[in-house]
Amino acid sequence: MSAPVRPAPVQSLADGEWHRLHPASPLLRGGLVFIAVLGFVIANLRERVVDFFLTVFAPSTRDAFGDRYGSGQDDWANDPIGGIVNHGLVGWALLGVVAVLIVVIAAFWLSWRMHTFRVTPEAVEVRSGILFRSHRSARLDRIQGINVNRPLFARLFGTAKLEVSVAGQSANVQLAYLGSALADRLRADVLRLASGARAERAAARGETAATNGVPVAAGTEASLSNGAPLPAAVDAADVATAPSASETAPARVAAAARAGALVGQRVDEFLAPELDPDLAPPESVVHLPFGRVIGSTLLGGSTIWAIILVAIIVIGVTTGQAWVLFSFVPAAIGLVSYMWSRITKSLRYSIAGTPDGVRIGHGLLSTGNQTIPPGRIHAVEATQWIFWRPFGWWSIRINVAGHSVSASNEAAQRTTVLPVGTAADVQRVLALLIPDAAADLEPLAAAGLTGRGGAGGFSLTPRRGAWLRPFSWRRIGWAATSGVALIRRGALVRSLTLVPLARMQSVAISVGPIDRWLRLAGIRLHTVTGPVSAVLPVVDRDEAERLFERLAEEAVDRAAIDTTHHWGAVEPVRPEASPTPEPAAAPTAAPDETGADHAR
Amino acid sequence: MPEHDAAEHAAPTEHDGIAAGPAETGRSDEWRRVSPKYIVVEVVGSLIGMVVFVGAALVVHFLWHQQWALWAAVAIGVLSLIGIAFEPRRVRSIQYRLRADDLVFRRGIMFQRQVAVPYGRMQLVDITRGPVARALGLADLKFVTAAAATAVTVPGLPMEEADRLRDELVALAETRRAGL
Repeated sequence: MSAPVRPAPVQSLADGEWHRLHPASPLLRGGLVFIAVLGFVIANLRERVVDFFLTVFAPSTRDAFGDRYGSGQDDWANDPIGGIVNHGLVGWALLGVVAVLIVVIAAFWLSWRMHTFRVTPEAVEVRSGILFRSHRSARLDRIQGINVNRPLFARLFGTAKLEVSVAGQSANVQLAYLGSALADRLRADVLRLASGARAERAAARGETAATNGVPVAAGTEASLSNGAPLPAAVDAADVATAPSASETAPARVAAAARAGALVGQRVDEFLAPELDPDLAPPESVVHLPFGRVIGSTLLGGSTIWAIILVAIIVIGVTTGQAWVLFSFVPAAIGLVSYMWSRITKSLRYSIAGTPDGVRIGHGLLSTGNQTIPPGRIHAVEATQWIFWRPFGWWSIRINVAGHSVSASNEAAQRTTVLPVGTAADVQRVLALLIPDAAADLEPLAAAGLTGRGGAGGFSLTPRRGAWLRPFSWRRIGWAATSGVALIRRGALVRSLTLVPLARMQSVAISVGPIDRWLRLAGIRLHTVTGPVSAVLPVVDRDEAERLFERLAEEAVDRAAIDTTHHWGAVEPVRPEASPTPEPAAAPTAAPDETGADHAR
Repeated sequence: MPEHDAAEHAAPTEHDGIAAGPAETGRSDEWRRVSPKYIVVEVVGSLIGMVVFVGAALVVHFLWHQQWALWAAVAIGVLSLIGIAFEPRRVRSIQYRLRADDLVFRRGIMFQRQVAVPYGRMQLVDITRGPVARALGLADLKFVTAAAATAVTVPGLPMEEADRLRDELVALAETRRAGL
C-alpha cells in the first residue's frame, strides 16, 4: 500500500485516487463458497449433532446410537469426530476450528483491503493479492466494452460487478463488487474519459439536451462531469452501517427511516429497467416478446440436438445400454441449461444507443448490461436459420476484439447482440451498431437479408458458381457503401455480413484449382477473431481482383480518417490538436482551453 | 504466370505519385521474390518428412509383413519426389510487394493466396529462423495483425534483408498506427 486510500463514502470513483471495492465483495466473491462448504460439513455431521442433542436431552436413547458408533470410534478415517472425543482433544479441535475461521475471515478482510483500484484519465488500474501482488492496468483508449453484471446475490446486496474489457485474451479488468449506483456512475465516467470528451463538452451537450426538452439527461450529464453528490438515498445506503445508535427517539426514527429508504432503494433497483434511464434514451429500439423468445429457442438448432439426444437416451435405456446414460445425459443437461440460459438472458432484453456507444441489457433475476463504445465493432452478421424463415426472425452476432475469443457460453452471450428479432429490428440494430453509414445501409441491408440475384445493388454471381455452391450461388453477392462491405450468402442459413472497412485487418483472395478452372475466386476479409467470418465464397475472378484492390485501398483510407477511439473529441478541439499546428499559434491557443479542462 | 507480368507492368503507373512510403527509402513498388536458397530449406524439410513416413511404412512392412505398407511407402516416396520437383516453382511463386500503404503477399501454384495487409494494422513483426535456414543465412518474417486469419509469413529472406525489412515495417506501422 504505497498510495493512501481514501475512505469509503465517495462521490465519484473516477477521481484518480485509489479506492476499495464494496465491503461485501469478499463474501460475494468467495464467501458464499465458504458458507456452502460449512453447510456441507454440518449436513454431513447431522447424525452426530442429532446424537449429541439426544444424549443431552434424552439420555435413555443413547444406547441405540452408541452401538452404532461404538465399533468405529477409534477409527479416525471413519469417524474423526469420534476419535477426537475419545482422545480428549475436543478443546484443541474447537481451537483449531476457531483458528481456521479467524484465518479465513482475516484473509477475506485483508484481500479486500489490498484490493484497490483507480481510474485515471489514461487507464483503469487494479492492485490485488496478498502474497502475490498483481497490478493490472487497462489503457482507456483500448477499451472494447464495459459490462455491468448483477448476479442475483449481488443484487440482494445492492452491488454490481463492473468489467472493463480490453483487446487481448483474458486481459479484462474486473471490479467485483461495487455499489450498484457507483458502478453505473463509474461506467459513465470511464466512458467519458475514454471518449476524450472534455468536461465542458459534456456540459454543453447537457445544455443542448436541456433546450431540446430532455432535462433529465442534462441533469445527469452535469452531475457526472462535476462529480456532484448523488441523490441522498444512495449515500445513506452506503453509510447506513455507520454507528448512529444514539438512544434518543428522533435518532431511532431517523435510523428506521434510513433502513426503510435502504429497502425501498433495493426494491427500486430490482424493478428498475436495466438501462439507466438517465443515460440512455428510455426506449429500447427492439421489443422482444416473451413468446418469440420461447418460440425461437424451441425452433433453434439446439432443439434438433436435444431431440437427437433424447432419442439416443431413450433407445439406450430401452435396450439396456447403460453406458449411453453416462455419455449422453451430461450432454443433454448441458444443452438444456444452454437453452434455459438463452431464454433467461433474453428476458427483458433491451438495446439502445447512448452517446458513448450501444448498450445492451438483459436478464430477469441476474441482470447484466454491456456497453460497446463506438468504433469497437469489427464485423456484424445477421443470420436466419431455415426454421426461423416462416416467422421472419433473425439474430445478430458481432466480432469484438478481446472477449469473443473463447467459445464459452458467456462469450456467446456477449457476442449475440440481438437474440431474435424481425427484419425491422435488424435494421434498427444495424443503425445502432454502424451509425456512420446507417442511411446508406438501409436499402442494401433490406436487399441483403432476403434478396437474391443482382437485386438491390448486390453483385451477381456467375452461373458457373453453381458448381461450387449449388444451393446458395444466387444469394452470394457483395456490396459496399460508405466504408462498409456487405457480404450476402447462404440459402439454408441466410446470412448477411457487414464489415466496417475502417477496422478490417487484411484481405485475402484465394484461388484453388477448381476455382481457376471455372475462373472464380474466393475473398475473405480478416477481422478480429469472433463468431463472424466474412467470406465471399464464390466470385468472378476479374471481379475478385478488382474487389481485392478496392477493399485494400479503402481499408487504408477509412482507417486513416477513423477517429472513433476518441469518439467524444469533437471538431472544435481538433484544429489545435491536428498534427501540423503552427508552432507559434498552438501554444497560445491551447492553454485556456486545456486549463479549463483541468479546472473542471 | 501471365498475371504476374501484368501486375508488374501495371504497378508503376498505379502507385507512381505516392511519395511517402517505401519509395523514399529507396524501395521500388514491385513484386519481389524470396531468396532462391529457400528452395534448399523446403527440399530438406520435404526430404525429412519423406524419410520419416517412408521409414515408418517400411518398418510396418518388414516387422508385420503388411503388403499395403510397402505400396504406401512407394506412394509417399513418389509423391514427395514430385513435390520436391515442383519446389523451385513453388518458391518462385512466393512474392511480396511493398505498396504505398500496404504489404501484399502471395504464394501458391495450385492453391493461390494473396493477402493485403495495411501497414497500420501490423501489431508486431516477428523474425524466426530454423536450423537449415540459419545455416543458409535466411530468416522468416512473420506479420501479426489483430486477426488470426491474416497469417502472412514471408519465408526465406536473407538475414540482413529481413532485419532491414522488419525495421522499415515497424517504422511504417508506427506512422500509420490505426487503432485496432
